Amino acid sequence: MTETKKTPYSLGIDIGSTTAKVVLTKNGTVVFEKYERHMSQVRQKTLELLGQIEPYITDNEFTVALSGSAGLGLAEAAGIPFVQEVFATGELVKELCPDTSAVIELGGEDAKIIFFDGGTDERMNGTCAGGTGAFIDQMATLLDVTADEMDELSLKHSKTYPIASRCGVFAKTDIQPLLNQGARKEDVAASIYQAVVNQTIAGLAQGRKIKPKVLFLGGPLYYCQGLRDRFRETLGFSEEDSPCPEYARFAVALGAAIYAARVGHTTTIGNLIDSVNKNINVGTVSGRLPALFDSEEEYREFSERHKRASVKEQNISAYSGNAYLGIDCGSTTTKIVLLSEDKKILYSFYDSNRGNPVEIVKAQLEKIYSLTGDRIKICGSAVTGYGEELIKHAFGVDLGIVETIAHYTAAKYFMPDVDFILDIGGQDIKCFKIKNGAIDSIMLNEACSSGCGSFIETFAKSMGYSIDEFAKRGLFSKAPVNLGSRCTVFMNSSVKQSQRDGATVEDISAGLSVSVVKNAIYKVIRAASASELGEHIVVQGGTFYNDAVLRAFELELSRNVIRPAIAGLMGAYGAALCSMKLEQSSIITPDALKDFSHTSKSTVCRGCTNNCHLTVNIFSGGEKFISGNQCEKGLGITNASEPLPNLHAFKRDYFSSLESRDGARGTIGIPLALGMYELLPLWHTLFSELGFKVVVSDLSTKRTYEKGQFSIPSDTACYPAKIMHGHIEELAEKGVDAIFYPCLTYNIDEKYSDNHYNCPVVAYYSELLNGNMDTLANTKFLYPYLNINNKRELVRELMAYLNENLGSFKRSEISRAVKKAFAKYDEYMSAVKREGESAIDYARAQGKRIMILAGRPYHIDPEIGHGIDKLAASLGFVVVSEDSVYHLAEPARVAVLNQWTYHARLYRAARFAAENADVQLVQLVSFGCGVDAITTDEVRTILESSGKFYTQIKIDEITNLGAVKIRLRSLIGALEQ
Amino acid sequence: MEKTYISFTEEMKKDYTVLIPNMLPMHFELIRRVMKNYGLHAELLQTQGQKIKDTGLKYVHNDTCYPAILVIGQFIDALESGKYDPHKVALILFQTGGGCRASNYINLLRKALAKAGYAYVPVISFSLAGIEDHPGFKLSVPMLHRLMYAIFYADLLMSLRNQCRTYELRKGESEELALAWTERLSKEMKHEKKLSYKRVKENYRLIIKDFKDIPRVEKKCPKVGIVGEIFVKYSPLGNNNLEEFLVSEGAEVVVPGLLDFCLYCLYNYLMDTKLYGIGKAKEPILKLAYKFLLGKQRDLIDIINEDGNFDPPTPFDHTVSLISGYLGIGAKMGEGWLLTAEMLELADKGVPNIVCTQPFGCLPNHICGKGMMKPIKEKNPNINIVAIDYDAGATAVNQENRIKLMLANSK
Repeated sequence: MTETKKTPYSLGIDIGSTTAKVVLTKNGTVVFEKYERHMSQVRQKTLELLGQIEPYITDNEFTVALSGSAGLGLAEAAGIPFVQEVFATGELVKELCPDTSAVIELGGEDAKIIFFDGGTDERMNGTCAGGTGAFIDQMATLLDVTADEMDELSLKHSKTYPIASRCGVFAKTDIQPLLNQGARKEDVAASIYQAVVNQTIAGLAQGRKIKPKVLFLGGPLYYCQGLRDRFRETLGFSEEDSPCPEYARFAVALGAAIYAARVGHTTTIGNLIDSVNKNINVGTVSGRLPALFDSEEEYREFSERHKRASVKEQNISAYSGNAYLGIDCGSTTTKIVLLSEDKKILYSFYDSNRGNPVEIVKAQLEKIYSLTGDRIKICGSAVTGYGEELIKHAFGVDLGIVETIAHYTAAKYFMPDVDFILDIGGQDIKCFKIKNGAIDSIMLNEACSSGCGSFIETFAKSMGYSIDEFAKRGLFSKAPVNLGSRCTVFMNSSVKQSQRDGATVEDISAGLSVSVVKNAIYKVIRAASASELGEHIVVQGGTFYNDAVLRAFELELSRNVIRPAIAGLMGAYGAALCSMKLEQSSIITPDALKDFSHTSKSTVCRGCTNNCHLTVNIFSGGEKFISGNQCEKGLGITNASEPLPNLHAFKRDYFSSLESRDGARGTIGIPLALGMYELLPLWHTLFSELGFKVVVSDLSTKRTYEKGQFSIPSDTACYPAKIMHGHIEELAEKGVDAIFYPCLTYNIDEKYSDNHYNCPVVAYYSELLNGNMDTLANTKFLYPYLNINNKRELVRELMAYLNENLGSFKRSEISRAVKKAFAKYDEYMSAVKREGESAIDYARAQGKRIMILAGRPYHIDPEIGHGIDKLAASLGFVVVSEDSVYHLAEPARVAVLNQWTYHARLYRAARFAAENADVQLVQLVSFGCGVDAITTDEVRTILESSGKFYTQIKIDEITNLGAVKIRLRSLIGALEQ
Repeated sequence: MEKTYISFTEEMKKDYTVLIPNMLPMHFELIRRVMKNYGLHAELLQTQGQKIKDTGLKYVHNDTCYPAILVIGQFIDALESGKYDPHKVALILFQTGGGCRASNYINLLRKALAKAGYAYVPVISFSLAGIEDHPGFKLSVPMLHRLMYAIFYADLLMSLRNQCRTYELRKGESEELALAWTERLSKEMKHEKKLSYKRVKENYRLIIKDFKDIPRVEKKCPKVGIVGEIFVKYSPLGNNNLEEFLVSEGAEVVVPGLLDFCLYCLYNYLMDTKLYGIGKAKEPILKLAYKFLLGKQRDLIDIINEDGNFDPPTPFDHTVSLISGYLGIGAKMGEGWLLTAEMLELADKGVPNIVCTQPFGCLPNHICGKGMMKPIKEKNPNINIVAIDYDAGATAVNQENRIKLMLANSK
């Protein structure tokens, strides 16, 4: 290659995570441009595109530069100058559109914002928020439409649902149940875009104001009108304020071409093709995983072994008599089984929901009725899965069965001495241990591990393969890639890395299978060896149809397992078995089915401040089914019976009822968030006594979060911390004189743990607020470092601080206020304990189940806890909190450093549950709570050591309670065995 | 309280190998040699690769911070490697304590060992607070004295190596020199009965002279600072060989030394007294220790300045003074205010390009790292910081791509 010669031609190549773009310019004018998906064949696609350029450039020399995350490796290998893509975009915009204030560019994997005014600032999304374009693609697959169709749908929306915008996994967790509850695809499509918008603005702008003129760049924004609309509406911009130029898709490539001209590295097309070609197979195979099968022979043995696990079938047209119907309306697929009297399969169905399970079940019932005619009578029917209630109401299905029970029933029928079941479905991973014929422990994935199963399928589709084909290719990969196991967003971005290293589709397919399996074993089950599982392991769920997944699981455990031939149908099979106790079915008649119709509309419940988004399904005959509600109010049921004791509600009421009196010294605002959920009585009293009017922010709603979300600098912080920003905004709006939230390294010392720290976030979040919230520039923010374990010391500290910041105070009055403040705090803590005891007495007298809904004090917030306490109460539990019962047991022995006040209570409450047969503990864990990575294992150990179930619910911004309900009902189901 | 751990006994000291995790390669190598001089068969783990992560993920809760996964993974991987007799191995872990979850590493390590079938392997907690009882591992005054100088020496070697590395004519020469000095210093500390400070200062000068003599090219390279959570900041295992990557991209790497962290820990004790009235009894002696180390740092700075060829470390009291207006001095969990202070320190000494490293989901860094970017950028418009998350599932290409963006904008 020769260098630094003058040439009018310049070539920019941009290889992103999903697409490859080339732009050839002559004297700055575009001569050729191309935008194509590379389906992970990075080098091949590059060669193909270069081939297409050849006629335009012929033998002329040109300058060249490469950009894009997947182009990094290629540039190195082929010796082409590389320019970082955001930098390239920035350079382009400075040249083409110098009056731009900011650029929003979305790619397949990364989202970027560039600010120009006031010093260029180029930003890319954090690790967690990866996958914008890829996410939209996956969501389209979920809706069973193309990306273009999804865009069209979104334009016809009438409302948007709140969808978690932290990441693709969380968003999907919110979207999936919406679809299953019958939400309109138009509304869901727009909501998906809105989630992308919120994530981009909150995660990237982080409080920096986006001002016009904004340029929209990148493929997704170029192609999706609906996405642009969402951005414009959210930012309040017109089309002139925020154009999406014709070159939007090619911005990076164009920027690279400009860069190329500047660097002046020249070559000819022949040379360039040669150097790319030469490096086409230079993949690094270091860090790869062992092959799934060493030989065809091994695979044959494996297949033969698993073929033995089949079920008897019977030809439906040759059968007459009674039959039983099982439906499993899962998150992504619907499964149906019709059983004969002797439990043979007469009919089965397994397919994607296509975003509308009601239609699927309707069509299947029609088909079944046409096959059964008058010969076969359906005597019983049962439904399980996410769509259980919807389908039950729609078609008059007799029984609703908890998923765990349905799966266990099926597995037991299949293998009577089964002692471990692992089910990997589309959305969830469920594992249960069986002891003495009953479910002994249940492990369900938390939010981050969701969607592993369906991820393989959507990924396969995005690469242009059917799932079968994709799985098959993985079987004989020589060197599967290691894609990690944190979550599908991370896996997706690991694929990008592997593309850079030249991984093949085979290697990626096998790698994904291993990742899903590792996620199940090390994250959900938390097992280090096969012996921790059991002797007789049954694996099921649609994902296990994939032989690569099955093989990876056996290899990881070094143990053979049983996969029933009907692995994907097990839920439906189990449901059908459960319905065999019935004699007369109430299921919709063939005649009624002909007239069956279904419409759905969405509305917002005004029953309380939660403002739940309801989906109202109306079926022919006027039958209604409402979902999305967090309590009974949304169903139009007013509480007829006396509500069960609920400590979460008691504590909320206590905080709301703290009275403020007018104060001569002004107003002090206190945000009701994080540690204030316990110390409010203390500080409230202190400032009231000192002559201030205390203004407390309201209990949170989604709106509270939205109000403050744009100043959050760290998107992986926990939701309880992030919502704090909204509380501060609210207080500032209320016009208080000062806002108070102290820094407390040490929490209250209850004198039985190793130490009494707060977690770093609770302790120092004020520092972050002060640094990031522009609002606080206009309101005095008080966040002194205080010691609340020594009254005299506290008086000294307050004396110094208050006199410096709030006016003039006498030691005696501070001293008196501190005394009263602690008296109030003690009164509050005693009231909580007293109330906890009486709730337990009540439950025991009335024969109710007791649930310690345990977490941190701030988990009682209605928006943070998402009303899970009410849900539990509606399921018949008397709900108590960890701080209302921990005093009823001795301090628990734990294998870790017991150094945080809140967590020490948690362990003790767990011990109380372990010691009392009628008490269950459900642990609420906020996403991002690093400390809970330590506590969850300990709490689980405490509970399981005395044969208790451990249930963990990971909560975040996600609003849909579908998954939570399944967890709680699984618990009830297991208790009722 | 009942003892729940296995002590490292005098008996074990005779024939056990003590494994050290690879956190600060240069410092720990010197520390290892000092330990060896005192009769411990210490070995610094040099293992790398995917297997360490995988082993960690297998035995530690996957949401635990990445350093815990790596440290524990590296230990268990070593035990499983067949290279050692697990019954003749002890592990050592460095602990600082505090409200961060990192204080739990030792407990998590013991839990993981039990899970992997190595419950019998003793774990020595190396902590100046000295809570645990390990008769075979006693920190004597002469040993502590030497360990202290080991930190000074290693900080100097690391800093000079970084200042030469990008410019050296013969690739690897700076690193070789640093290693040669590590060996020479440890030998010297063994043979000398009493460590003379005069000799230490003489060594500083000799080290500076040797580095000065490394043939280097004159070129203008961007200086890039590395700050962050202590493990991913220093350990190549934790940060995917960040220093090497930056050097290969033509940058000069600036990493604040370990002494800063030690002083920070000391300073926090003093602040506990000042802010909360805690620990008044110990205050005078800690104050003395702080002053003492500050003086030693001042001496080192003077010697570097005397020569005039290299950038000295920033005096710690100056570093402390920089954070006023940004963050309270009481934010002391994890790296706490030091993290913010080090970014400001770098900007202050003309290193505006900074990689702020943190384990994915690191709690203190929400506040002191990412949480301080906005005010730092506002008050120092020239600064160019990129925050990089490290995690078992995070990809190097994503990290490198972001670092490349920072480099493209480097000043």
